[in-house]
Amino acid sequence: MTEKTQEEEILGKAYDSRLMKRLLVYIKPYKKYVILAILLNIFVAAFGPLRPFLTKIAIDDYILNSNYNGLKIIALLLFASLILQAIIQYFLTYYTQYLGQRTLYDIRTQIFEHIQKLALKYFDRTPIGRIVTRATNDVESLNELFSSGIVMVFSDIFIIIWILVFMFSMDIPLSLVTLSVLPVLIYGTFLFRKKVRETYRDVRFHLARLNSYMQEHVTGMSVVQIFRKEKDEFKKFSNINADHRDANIRSIFYYAIFFPTVELLSSIAIALIIWYGGGEVIQGAVKLGDLFAFIQFTEMFFRPIRDLSEKYNILQTSMASSERIFKLLDNQTFIKDPEEPVKLNGVKGDIQFKDVWFAYDDDNYVLKNINFSIKPGEVVAIVGHTGAGKSTLINILTRFYDIRKGSILLDGIDIRQINKKDLRKYISIVLQDVFLFSGTIESNINMDNDEISIEQVISAAKTVGADKFISNLPNKYQEEVKERGATLSVGQKQLISFTRALAYDPKILILDEATSSIDTEAENLIKSAIEKLLIGRTAIVIAHRLSTIQNADKIIVLHKGEIREIGNHQELLAKRGIYYKLYQLQYKDQEIIKTI
Amino acid sequence: MKNLLTLKKYFLKYKTKLFLGIVFILISNSMTVILPILLKDAIDELQRNTTSAILLKYAGLIVGTSIVGGIFRYSIRQTIIVVSREIEYDLRGDFWSHIQKLPLRYFQNNSTGNIMSHATNDINAIRSFIGPAVMYSIDTSIRLLIVVAIMMSMNFSLTIYALLPLPFLSYGVYRVGKLIHEKYVKIQENFSQLTTRAQENFSGIRVIKSFVREENEIKRWRELSKEFLRKNMNLIRIQAMITPILTVITGISIIVVIWIGGGKVINGEMSLGEIAAFVAYLSILIWPVIAFGWVMNIIQQAEASMKRLNKIFSEPYEIDDSEKTDLSIKELKGEIEFNNVSFRYSDNLPKVLNNINLKIPIGSTLAVIGHTGSGKTSLINLIPRLYDVTDGEVKIDGKNVKEIPLDILRTNIAVVQQESFLFSDTVNGNLSYGLRTIDIDKVKEVSRIANFDKDVETFTKGYETMVGERGITFSGGQKQRASLARALAADPKILILDDSFSAVDTQTEERILKNLKEFMKNRTSIIISHRISTVKDADNIIVIHNETIAEQGTHNELVALNGIYADLHYKQLLEKELEELN
Ligand SMILES: Nc1ncnc2c1ncn2[C@@H]1O[C@H](COP(=O)(O)OP(=O)(O)O)[C@@H](O)[C@H]1O
Ligand SMILES: Nc1ncnc2c1ncn2[C@@H]1O[C@H](COP(=O)(O)OP(=O)(O)O)[C@@H](O)[C@H]1O
Ligand SMILES: [Mg+2]
Ligand SMILES: [Mg+2]
Repeated sequence: MTEKTQEEEILGKAYDSRLMKRLLVYIKPYKKYVILAILLNIFVAAFGPLRPFLTKIAIDDYILNSNYNGLKIIALLLFASLILQAIIQYFLTYYTQYLGQRTLYDIRTQIFEHIQKLALKYFDRTPIGRIVTRATNDVESLNELFSSGIVMVFSDIFIIIWILVFMFSMDIPLSLVTLSVLPVLIYGTFLFRKKVRETYRDVRFHLARLNSYMQEHVTGMSVVQIFRKEKDEFKKFSNINADHRDANIRSIFYYAIFFPTVELLSSIAIALIIWYGGGEVIQGAVKLGDLFAFIQFTEMFFRPIRDLSEKYNILQTSMASSERIFKLLDNQTFIKDPEEPVKLNGVKGDIQFKDVWFAYDDDNYVLKNINFSIKPGEVVAIVGHTGAGKSTLINILTRFYDIRKGSILLDGIDIRQINKKDLRKYISIVLQDVFLFSGTIESNINMDNDEISIEQVISAAKTVGADKFISNLPNKYQEEVKERGATLSVGQKQLISFTRALAYDPKILILDEATSSIDTEAENLIKSAIEKLLIGRTAIVIAHRLSTIQNADKIIVLHKGEIREIGNHQELLAKRGIYYKLYQLQYKDQEIIKTI
Repeated sequence: MKNLLTLKKYFLKYKTKLFLGIVFILISNSMTVILPILLKDAIDELQRNTTSAILLKYAGLIVGTSIVGGIFRYSIRQTIIVVSREIEYDLRGDFWSHIQKLPLRYFQNNSTGNIMSHATNDINAIRSFIGPAVMYSIDTSIRLLIVVAIMMSMNFSLTIYALLPLPFLSYGVYRVGKLIHEKYVKIQENFSQLTTRAQENFSGIRVIKSFVREENEIKRWRELSKEFLRKNMNLIRIQAMITPILTVITGISIIVVIWIGGGKVINGEMSLGEIAAFVAYLSILIWPVIAFGWVMNIIQQAEASMKRLNKIFSEPYEIDDSEKTDLSIKELKGEIEFNNVSFRYSDNLPKVLNNINLKIPIGSTLAVIGHTGSGKTSLINLIPRLYDVTDGEVKIDGKNVKEIPLDILRTNIAVVQQESFLFSDTVNGNLSYGLRTIDIDKVKEVSRIANFDKDVETFTKGYETMVGERGITFSGGQKQRASLARALAADPKILILDDSFSAVDTQTEERILKNLKEFMKNRTSIIISHRISTVKDADNIIVIHNETIAEQGTHNELVALNGIYADLHYKQLLEKELEELN
């Protein structure tokens, strides 16, 4: 996290109408329902102030006139209004929250869909954690805005309006006297919010400092202990801890002063009602029941005013996250599909690289002037030192990245004329680092693809030799695979990855250092697996087992991004060039290599 | 509740403040309960044709009691809630001082996230218990007692009718609160599933793209997202009940008072003023009654959190000074000896080192070579007692390391760990980490030795530049050289470098090694490396293989031996040739 985003996180962002407009687009599909909810809210807001009004009638018309039956009717009315209000309120809350959650769901899926389309280049440059935050936490922080923010503003405003309506319809002068405390209450509440917001920032700042201190020192605890700095560090920690405590204690002050003040204001209102209203009662201008009702009204103002004052906070938190979300959605790092793609109906597997140049960024060419061709069914080995550009060659063949100059042809068609989806369907890659997903063995082999039946999965596993260990698992193909395949050995993971490639029955098979992290036992298994895999396919194998390379139809030697030698094993050895050195380094004694 | 008893000592520490807080609660409550009585008297006066002066008196009294009550209500927060923050501070301090003493093993077996969650969530749960929960439970009980007594004295049967719904309210809040907590935990679980799924998808995006599984992944994300939506709605279904329930139950109480009480007024059993007082009392009682149910939940959560914290507090330190410690040892010279040392990480794991015998004379350099996972790091960790041996003994100057005071042992040994770790502090702060006082000349000197001074010159703020996220992010090589400089600054008798040049290029490395030779004259050093070029000049080289020392000798001896070392040597020569080829 950069300093700027950290600041934003702590301080929040100012309101931005452009962002707000964009956010409101998400409730468009539910517009009718939102309006309905707002209307219902206006209606139900009247019920609260209705009850003091009914109480007044009960007192003035029935209790003071000793009419017990009338009192009973009013009591029933009160009860009915209460139940009705409760029921409407329940469904209304439920419903608005549902709309909010739906909207969040829409945003969350939209973000995920967008991310799926982004090119690898984006993932190279952005830390995974940050992308995850966009799709999860940032969306969550819009929760309040959508679930209560927008609709409830109306509810709060209308509660206040209804109270005023009832009050003024009962007695205008008494209303004005009672309301004289209202400006102070509103001012006080908003001032309190502002102060709390400030101290809250302060608290958040110190909390962040405390947490990052602890996070950092838990991670680096061995350094602390090795340098025997426990005592000094504890002093530092105590200071930060104390700052955090003091910031919290400072914020207690505002709460401690605010709540008694609200109580005092409501007492003053009651006192005014007793003094002024009481005087009017003596003169017969006001009835006793009015006093009852007004006293109850004074308590009703507080909640909507407090809620309204909190809305600003909600807005602020949603601004920062929505800006980050929109920035992601606006990112257009795509590898574009052609406008008029060439349809592929089966592929022979003829590959040609013509004068290909490629750079990941700027002008640092990683591949320079690459020319070679592979005939259908051929096995080509690519060898070269680490960083020579072998993996890059594959990245551009599958269009994970687009080349700068030249062209790559599949069966004579430029791969930029083919939909990525179609192109990749015919190519399977087995990588050095096997990536397994949480799920089952089966779902990892067929990649959750219903079109590949369990029979095909098993048959592929048998061909590769993975069936043996899978059958020994308690749940066989349904055995659970933990995150990143934590419970499986490296060799087993590699076998699954081979099975996966085979189950998709690709025309072109690519193995990128696929056996470099395998132990002797698994190695013998895989040796025969590879031979079976290669039958009837065009294959590109990178820095592979000596036996595979020796039997390859062609060996391409890459060095620092350029093709330096092409030929078969014997020819290249005889040259005594780069291949000869690589051979001595990597392949000559593949059995001894494992000792170190 | 038994875990929360641990907090007794903290409560005792602040007993005066807490006692004051309780007194304030008493006073403020006695003010609060006066108001309805004033209201009652005023309304009753009104029915008797009173004067404006008397009304003004009541108005004044109402405001007056409210001011006095408010002052004490303010003081309650300033005592009890403040104490909760102070206890939070103490508790977190104790937690940290304990954590600091736990052995490396603890940090390798527990994730940082896990430890952090104890330090934040659990301590927070306990603070809510100490502050709000304690405050409200005392406040509630006192208020309930006084108010009920007054109401009963006004009219016994109406009190019973009016209060009848309130226990249900309290119990309702308790149950709903519990349910909400449970649902909330489920939502959290689901949310972390979403996070894990996103994490997994984005890390495996290459595989997903190459098998063209994007559509399917989107489908799975939708499903999970829908599940999350469903879980949220489960919570909302209950949460949405809270306000209506509160409205209904409290409303019913008031209706009961108006209906039954109104009847009593008609019968002449009660006055209208008393009805007003009853209504006012009910509104005073409602919040405490709600709080009561709420507090019960906080207590349960705090108990669970305290249990987790107590578990950490009972983790043994393992490595510490003991009665065997020889306090007369004040300094070390640096002769190291391993006698039949064996080591395993735990009883159910295989041995990592088996029967190691080794002598490293003062002032000499030992180099350690071996493939990844052969136990090199494990071996050197035994010297500063980051771990203790399983069998045998490690000796320095002829003394078992377990007898040397930990302060002396560790301040005389500097280890540059395989994974360099720098703090987010200035360059100077980082490099002088092992110094007791900041000494810029020393820092500059060690930077020169570690070949780090040229790098610092390129930073705009030089040695005052911040390291890490809030400043400059170091490259791997810079991190390693900075860690080396930091170790040298500590002026150690024994220097241990665990693969500390892996990200440094060979020329720089050679320069550093040359500088080190001078610096290490009277000190003992151990260098772990993968590169022959790093180790070839060492006085003694060992090759660790199959849990033990497989080869030992000088570079020339080992090359002549034609074993593991010689093979590695040959390969690295070839590699160098390839590098240099254009
Ligand atoms: N995603 C990437 N972004 C930028 N540079 C990269 C990326 N992947 C590889 N490189 C660089 O391209 C060069 C060739 O890398 P690569 O094709 O992975 O080599 P090989 O597979 O032969 O070891 C290296 O210098 C490497 O640092
Ligand atoms: N904290 C630990 N708990 C359990 N096993 C460990 C731990 N650290 C290392 N090991 C195991 O001990 C062996 C030796 O590891 P290590 O000493 O780090 O090797 P090296 O430094 O030579 O690469 C390895 O098999 C490793 O998996
Ligand atoms: Mg590669
Ligand atoms: Mg190691």
